[in-house]
Formats: sequence, structure tokens, C-alpha cells
Amino acid sequence: MSAALRHVFLASLRRRRLATALSLFAIALGVALGLAVQLIHGAALDEFGRGMRLLAGEADLQVFGPRAGFDDAVYAEIAAQAEVADASPVLEIDARLPGRDISLRIFGIDMFRAAHVHPALMPQVDTAARETGPLAALAADALFLSPAARTALGIAPGEMLAVQSGTHALPLRIAGTVPAAGLGQELGVMDIAAAQLLFGRIGRISRIDLRLKSGIDRDAARRSLAALLPAGVEVLTPETAEAQTSALSQAYRVNLTMLAIIALLTGGFLVFSTQLLAVARRRQELAFLRALGLDRAALIRGLLAEGAVVGLTGGLLGIVLAYGLAGLAFNYVGGDLGAGYFRGLRPALRFDLRPSVAYVLLGVLAGVAGAWLPAREAARMNPARALRAGDEAEVFQSRPRAYLTPACLALATLLCFLPPLGGVPIFGYAAVAFLLAGAVLALPTLVQLSMGFLDGTRDVLWMLARARLAAAPGQAVVAAAGVVASVALAVAMAIMVSSFRHSVDGWLESILPADLYLSASPAATSGFLAPEMQEQVASLPGIAAIRPVRFDTLRLDTERFPVTLIARPVDGGAALPLVGATVTADSPDAAPSAWISEAMADLFAVKVGDVLQLPISGRRVAFHVAGIWRDYARQHGAVVIELADYRALTGDFNANDLAIWLADGAEPDTVAQAIRNALGDDTIKIASPGDIRAISLAIFDRTFLVTYLMEAVAILIGLFGVSTSFAGLATARRKEFGMLRHLGLTRGEIGRLLTVEGALTAAVGTAVGMVAGGAIALVLVEVINRQSFHWSMDIRLPLAGLVIFAGALVLLAALAARLSGHQAMRQSAVLAVREDW
Amino acid sequence: MRERPFWASVLFMLGLASAPAVTSAGPDYPPVREGGQIVFPTDTGAHPDYRTEWWYVTGWVSDEQGVERGFQVTFFRVRTGIGDDNPSRFAPRQLILAHAAVADPAEGRLLHAERSERALHPLAGAATGRTRAWTADWSIEWDGARYHSDVEAESFAFDLHFDPAGRRPVLNGENGFSRKAPDPKHASYYYSRPQLAVSGTLRLRGNTHQVKGRAWLDHEWSSETMPPGARGWDWMGINLHDGGSLMAFRMRDDQGGAMWSAGTLQSGSGAPAALRPEQVSFVPGRRWRSPRTGAEYPVEWEIRVDDRRLRLQPLMDDQELDSRRSTGAVYWEGAVRLLEGGREIGRGYLEMTGYAERLQM
Repeated sequence: MSAALRHVFLASLRRRRLATALSLFAIALGVALGLAVQLIHGAALDEFGRGMRLLAGEADLQVFGPRAGFDDAVYAEIAAQAEVADASPVLEIDARLPGRDISLRIFGIDMFRAAHVHPALMPQVDTAARETGPLAALAADALFLSPAARTALGIAPGEMLAVQSGTHALPLRIAGTVPAAGLGQELGVMDIAAAQLLFGRIGRISRIDLRLKSGIDRDAARRSLAALLPAGVEVLTPETAEAQTSALSQAYRVNLTMLAIIALLTGGFLVFSTQLLAVARRRQELAFLRALGLDRAALIRGLLAEGAVVGLTGGLLGIVLAYGLAGLAFNYVGGDLGAGYFRGLRPALRFDLRPSVAYVLLGVLAGVAGAWLPAREAARMNPARALRAGDEAEVFQSRPRAYLTPACLALATLLCFLPPLGGVPIFGYAAVAFLLAGAVLALPTLVQLSMGFLDGTRDVLWMLARARLAAAPGQAVVAAAGVVASVALAVAMAIMVSSFRHSVDGWLESILPADLYLSASPAATSGFLAPEMQEQVASLPGIAAIRPVRFDTLRLDTERFPVTLIARPVDGGAALPLVGATVTADSPDAAPSAWISEAMADLFAVKVGDVLQLPISGRRVAFHVAGIWRDYARQHGAVVIELADYRALTGDFNANDLAIWLADGAEPDTVAQAIRNALGDDTIKIASPGDIRAISLAIFDRTFLVTYLMEAVAILIGLFGVSTSFAGLATARRKEFGMLRHLGLTRGEIGRLLTVEGALTAAVGTAVGMVAGGAIALVLVEVINRQSFHWSMDIRLPLAGLVIFAGALVLLAALAARLSGHQAMRQSAVLAVREDW
Repeated sequence: MRERPFWASVLFMLGLASAPAVTSAGPDYPPVREGGQIVFPTDTGAHPDYRTEWWYVTGWVSDEQGVERGFQVTFFRVRTGIGDDNPSRFAPRQLILAHAAVADPAEGRLLHAERSERALHPLAGAATGRTRAWTADWSIEWDGARYHSDVEAESFAFDLHFDPAGRRPVLNGENGFSRKAPDPKHASYYYSRPQLAVSGTLRLRGNTHQVKGRAWLDHEWSSETMPPGARGWDWMGINLHDGGSLMAFRMRDDQGGAMWSAGTLQSGSGAPAALRPEQVSFVPGRRWRSPRTGAEYPVEWEIRVDDRRLRLQPLMDDQELDSRRSTGAVYWEGAVRLLEGGREIGRGYLEMTGYAERLQM
């Protein structure tokens, strides 16, 4: 068998180099994309998990509060509990660095406590800093940087680093390093008291890490400690805390992996169409082998081996590509492919055996699966009949199975109503698969039906083409199936992206009504505008009104990631991009209103009219859900409350951002300069809504770049399917063409016949693909996006684009069909007929 | 220079180790002046304005089987001069550091443990008005009649009462003003409580023993660090079998000579007498080399007090504290017997610092 395998089967791959190369490339692409996504996110998540574990250190339990922190008296109480062996308080600050684009995570720790709980955070006083005294680490201006942070900031011990607190830039002295922080963690450490004073957080901490005494049951301790904590402060196990955060990027990872799987499927499909072609071409050769004694099983094994070799080679090539891609991504985009999930991490690319092997196996699987049907088809042939010429067309026989289509469509519809599994829209993806299958299965019947509509033309070539497709739709199916699948996926993606972009654009417009936006820092960082700064801005000439915005996070339960709290003037909801019904509180003494984002409504199962308990300032406050708004920025959920309510509850009058309305005739640039002069240039950012919109859409387009790439590949593969199947058909139809030549058709006319057949096939395939694509787009928008990211969007068809796309595709398919049939047309008509002795 | 965690340096600046004066920008620590009056019981409490302060208990105990062991527990308070204007509850104005050890001949070396914290109510602190210092589950406290100390460590723990039985504290130096160097600014307020009757429990590697014995408490506070040129010191505090007590120390220079020495001797129930530098001298005897640090300690001494020749012999040779992994400090602190003419006349503790690497900041 092995000699036969080498000479008969594998050698055949070498004879059709282009086809083999293309199949191989598609599989390599699928493997590369899938594995690269896996590697990049794997490394980022690993580094992220390492960071979480590093910070958790040897903690058995961790107490977390909102981002603004919680009362540090809780620490004194918790640390004194009998079951607690060690308690380490942490104040985590995402410090904005004036004049730099990055922020730095600074951990204010009690070094005496941290030594026992997270030794990795322990600072080491640098020799150069020693002269300032042995207590250097406790000094109010001493900051210690991890090796990664030192590299990223390009700063050496003894030098100064300015950090932003409010709108002030305050200098800190780099007093040494955090040697155990690991190479991937960009962070700084300072004394907790110094951090509280520096960042205006006196009396606040963000976390307490606990080590329990030996023999204490962790769950029991968790329950008893939880009872001591104020509202919105939760005690979690480090595993839960890590899982909450990694779950955040899960949907994004799953969806990227789905793209890779689609690429692999197309690779498998390419293997299928080239193998089918090869089997048709080699029908007599294979029949001869059978007649010589090669048994059926050996034939199947041989043909499957061809697919496996393509899959293996493609898989191995894909692995190489994947590591290259991942390396590039780390250098240029970061571990989250630009999606912004992991900041302050420097993940390193490592060889990861298990996913690499798994993806090679997937590549082999795609190759074998693609080779399976043609192999079975070849094994089924009757050697005696197949030895005669003209039997090739048998290969393309297919039985119409249109009756399965309604079942597929019904199943797909049903699947759309199922909830996600573990936050992953598995059933949505299954629905997409069934829609595709339904479309492909309906194809033979639809080809036949549509040929009926073309009746009435007098052109001989048209009549011939129509008659052929109507009589033998199976031949068209192989070519058209590829078109259907690629068109459906491309169209679905195009509709989804266009709807998404349009909705994001509209959303940006509605959330950015003011003339200028002033930000002391992004939500997470240490900048803020104190009340006097806000007044100072409001009183500048040319400014008609300002509206402050304040951000915090709220922990609603121990299960989920905290939601974002946004406090701003809301005008009873009028200033929000609301979706669906709203209610207004009728009596003035009713609970204050809250407007929740779609993600929050989904994740926490809250609806308009419900009462929502929000833990603000350590107390549970009842809010009345007045509406649901669309939020494309925070997929973990967000809730908006009136700024006045927030200020009354918390006494916090600071703001993160200001929306600024200009007086009539005021020049935005002049006003922006006046603000910069008043507050300082480094510590604030001023942007016009136009800038913000342009930047947001640029980020959007970058995120979907990989999607556009996939669309192009899908189209290429569809065209390639047309080309290979027509090449196969042309071989199979040599006798037919010879006959037509005898009947008087010129070579050119046969070429035109093939062109028409190709165009008709592609037209039907494209039409079916468009309809299927529309349906899939609906599933993408309403099910997959909704379940993955919890946001809705308005469907928008890019009509002109789709029409141009369809026309171009039909033209290209016609061209491909004609080029592929070229070889058949060159053959002598006499020879072709003579083949049939 | 070897890098050390910073709190190691804190321990070093306690005056236990040589330390150059900390930078000029420090806070105003009150000076220790001759003629200051120590008032009991108020002065048994903390003096938070002064730079450093410690309560230091050493003693010998024997269990039900008569096995004899030494123990030591120290609470340090340090005013850092950092965060005086910071309203944070974490402001590290005062640090509390504690250290405890048990000398068990069956172990062959010391069992020891330490705690360090910033003072933060109610987790760690040193109270004023009467002795009370604590950090997490370690504490020492004066209840008006007895001291009580509780120490929980992994390999050992003790819960002991120390009863002075109505005996008055012994003021060292000039009525509690104890000079450490020729320059009188290097001084501390210093009193001792010898002959404390010990009772309580001692846990060693899981076995709990009822113990009885004799202990010694020192309480000292000061604003000065080690005098310049000092390399270390030798100190001993001995409960004499006649009911009296002997405290003696010397400050050593780089050449191993005495920069200063002093002591307090109380014979029987007589009045304590301060020993002037020329009345006390330390003559090193047999040396022992630490296999861990390579440092060489004179573990036997001849102590000359006026014309008396006294000999110090250790309970065991290896009573070195090697905390290079944590505090970085290396010194010898252990249980000793005092002999005169071949006869044991008392028991107590000997402390020798500055024999390992030169102590640096």
C-alpha cells in the first residue's frame, strides 16, 4: 500500500499544484487565524491571571469594593477577626501620567502586611536611594516600579516621575524596584498612607487580601466576613475574582475563534472541491487500480490520505504563520488585539504545545473531511463502467434534498430562541450553520426552478446552458455551493458590520451633544476635576454651560464583574440613547431614577419599572429603573443616575469629565485654549465631538479589519470553487464538447457556453447566498451580538455595495468558468469523440 | 552592599545596631536630659515623641520535668518622622516591631519569630500611661500588679505572667538617665525590673509545658541612634541568687575596645548602685564560630565589677539570631549563667551585637 500510496495518490497532489496549494493555503489560513487568536489571548490571559495571582499572592480570600474604594475602617475590623491570620490592605490607583499616553497601576500597600500576603509586591530600596534614609520605602514621595514599568517608562531609580492627582501633576521619586513582580506586569508600589494622601483618597481602600488561620474553613469564613461588610463590598475567593475578569473578554475571544473555524471550514470545502475534481479526472485510473486488485478500503484510505496530507501540510504551515502573526500582534497591537481588555500587561509569546497540536489536528481533520465524500464516491464506482470514457459525470450526480431545507430553517429559527451557554452564543452559531446547510441543500431544486424562468430565449448557447443546468443540477451544486457559502458569509458580515457601524455612529452622536468635552482622565485613572476647577471652567468666557460626569463602579453581587456607575445630568432620560419604553416617576418623593444599559438589563435580568438596589457609599439605595439605554462601550453593564442624586448620596463633588456648551459665537479652539491655560496642558484632554467620533470610528474599523480580511478570503474561496468545479466538469464533458464541435460550434462558442453556464450558476448561487446572508446577518445582530456583547443595533443594508458585489461576483465566476474550461476547448474534437470506443 | 528589606534597617536604627544619624530633615525628637524624672506608673507606658523605645523581657524557666530553657520577647516602638501631616489612619508615624525567641538546649539553637507593623488602632500600637504594646496576636501589658505577655509563633508560643512581687523598678545610670557614650547626648531613659517571678505556659513544637522561673524587664527610650564610631555592644542582665541584680553593658568601637561601659548592681535587698565606666570591664573568653554566618562570638566572658571576677557561661553556644532572610539582623542573644569562684551566683541574658558583618544602613 505504501508504494501505491506514494505513487498513485500523493503523487496526484503534485500533479495539480495550484489546486493543492490553494487548499493548503486555506487550511493554513484557518489554522493560523485560529491558533493566533488562541495564542495571543492565551498569553494575555495567562499574564493577566499571573497578575491577578501575583496581587492575590497567598490570599485565601479577597475583599473588593467599588473602584472609588471603600471605608478603610472595614480593614481594621476585618483584620481583627479571629479567623484572619493576615490581612493586607491595598489601594489601587490607575494613575494618569501627565504628558504620557499611558497610565500606571499603582498599588498603595502596607509593606509590613504585604510581606506575609503578597510578597511579590514587596519593594526593594535601591542602593542609590539609600542616602535618604532607611525608611525610604515609607516616604511620602517614594515610588517603586516593576521591571516592566521601568522599561516602559524608560526611567531609572533616583529619577522623578510625575503622576496626576485631580488636575495636579505631582512628582514622585523612583526609590527602587518591585523585583518579584515578574516581567509582564507594569505596575508601581508605594506606601498606602502616602497613596491615600497623594491621590485624595484618605480613608479609602480598594481591596483587602486575607490569609486565614490554618484549619479555618474558607467558605464558612467567607460567609461570616461577608456579614461584616458594607453594601457593595464583597468577599471573593481569588479564583472567582480572576474568573470574573477573564469572562469579560470571553465573548470577544469566542467570536474571533468562530472566524477561524469558518476559515477552516472553507479550507475543508476547498479540499472537497479539488478532490472531487481530481477523482473525476482520475476516474479511469482509479477504476484500473481497482481492476488490478486494489480493494475498496485501500482506495478510500489512499484518497483520504491525500486530504490528510494537504491538511497536515496546511496545518503545519498554519502553525508557523500563527506564531508569526501572534508575534506581530504583540509588537503592534497588544494582547487584546486592540480591544482594550488588558492594559498594563506585557505578555510574552511562548510555544504552546497543546493548542498547536490541536490546531494541526483540526487542519488534518478539515483535509480528511473534505476528501471524505469524493473518496466515498470513488469507492462506490463500478470499475467496469468507470473504465469506459464518459462516466466522469457520475461523480457530479447528486440527489436533490430540498425537503431537508424547511427542516433546517425551522431548526435554525428554533435555535435562535435558546439562551447562550455559559455566556457563549453556541446556539446562535448552530443556527448559522443550519441556515447555510439549508441554503446549500435547496440549491439543486432552486437551480432547476430558476432555469424554468429563463425559458423563451432563442439563443442557442443560452438554451444549451439552461437545458444542461436544469437537467443536471448536481453539477452546478458543487460550484454554486461554494458561492452560496462564501456569499452568505460575506453578505452577513457586511450587513452586520454596516448595521453596527451605523448604530455606533448614531449612538456617538446622541451621547455627544455638547460642543466640547474636557476629560481629566479616562474613567479608571487618577485624574479628576475638583469642584473649584469645574467652577473655574464654567466661568471662562465663551462657555454657556457645563455638565459634569462622574464615574465609579458598583459591585452588585459576588458572581459578576462590577457595573459602571455614571452620574451625570440626565434630563429625565432625554439625554440618553434610550431604547424601548420608559417610565417616569409620578410622585416627587418616589425613589430616584436609574437608567440601565442593555447589557445590565440582560446580565442582571432587570426591566423598566423594576426597583434596583444600588450599593452607593456603602449603603443600599433603592432606585427606580426608568429606562434602558444603548451602550456600546461597556459590555459588563452600566447604570446612569442623576448627578444631583449621586452628589446627595455620596458628598462627592468631583467630576471625571465635563461636557461643555459654548456661548453663541464662541470659537471652540479659543475656548479650548482658555481652558488649557486655566487648568494646565498636561493634566487634561479636550476634544470636540467630531474628534471623539472620528477616533471611535477609527477604532471600530480597526477592530473589524480582520473581518474584512475574512470576507475577501471567503470570496476568493467561492470563486476558486467555481473555477475548480468547472475545470472538473470540463474534463468530464470532453465528449460532449467534441460532439458539439462536430455539430458546428466553434471553440469560442463552447467557451461562451461555459461562460454562460458559469454566470448562471454563480447568479443562482449568489442569489441564494444573498438571501441566506440576510438571514444570517439577522442571527448575528439579534442573537450572536446580543448574547455575546448584550447590545442591540439597527439593521442597515449596504444595498449599493451588495448589488455591485453580486454583479462582480457573477462576472468573475463566468470568467473563472471560461478559463477553467480552456483546456477542454483546446482538445481536438475528433480525439474527444474517439475516446468513446 | 547587600540589599535588605527596609524594615531590617528599621531594626538597625533602634540603637540595637550602629546607625549614622538620620538626615537633618527629621522631626524634632525630644532630647534625653540628665535630671529628667522617671515617674511610675506613667512612664511604664510609651513615649511616642521619642525616636525609639523598647520593652525587653528575658528569663529562665523550667517546666514540670525540670527542663530549663531561656526565653526573650521584645517590643520596639519607632517614631519614623514620616507622615506626621498625613491624616491617613495608615500614616506610618509609629512602627511597632516585636521579636521573640526560645533557647532550648534540646533544639541546639534558638527558635525565634518576629512581627512588624505600623501602629494602627486596634491592630498594633503602644499605649501611653502604662505598659501596653501589641501587634496582632502578640502583646505585653502591665495590669498594675503583674506583666502579661502573649506570643504566638509557628514553632513556639508562650503565655506568661511576670510578677515583681511589689519590688520597685531599678533606675539605671543617674536616676534613669543612662549614658551610652562619652558624649552625654548619647543617652536613654532606662529602668529595669529584675527578679520577676514567671508563671504560665510555653508551647514548643506542639508540646505545651507549665513553666516557672525568673525574668528581667528592661524599658528604655531615647532619641539618639548609635554613637558615631560604635560597632556594637555587649549587654547582660542577671538575676542574682541572693535576690539582687546586675546589669552591665559596654559600647564597642571598631577595634573592639570599650567606648563606654556602665552598669547597675543591687546586692541582695540592698539599694541599687550605678557602676561608672571605670568600675566595669568585659574580658572576652572562649569563642564560638557560627556555622551559618561565620561570625565569631565570645560566648564566655570574664566580667570585672570593681575587684570582683565574675564568669559568664552560656546555656548553649548557639544562641545566634540569624534573621538575614527577614530583618537582616545577625546577633547573639541568649541565656547565660553567672559564676563567681566556680559557683553559680545568678542567671540571666547576654546580648552581643556587631560581631557579624559591619552593621550598615
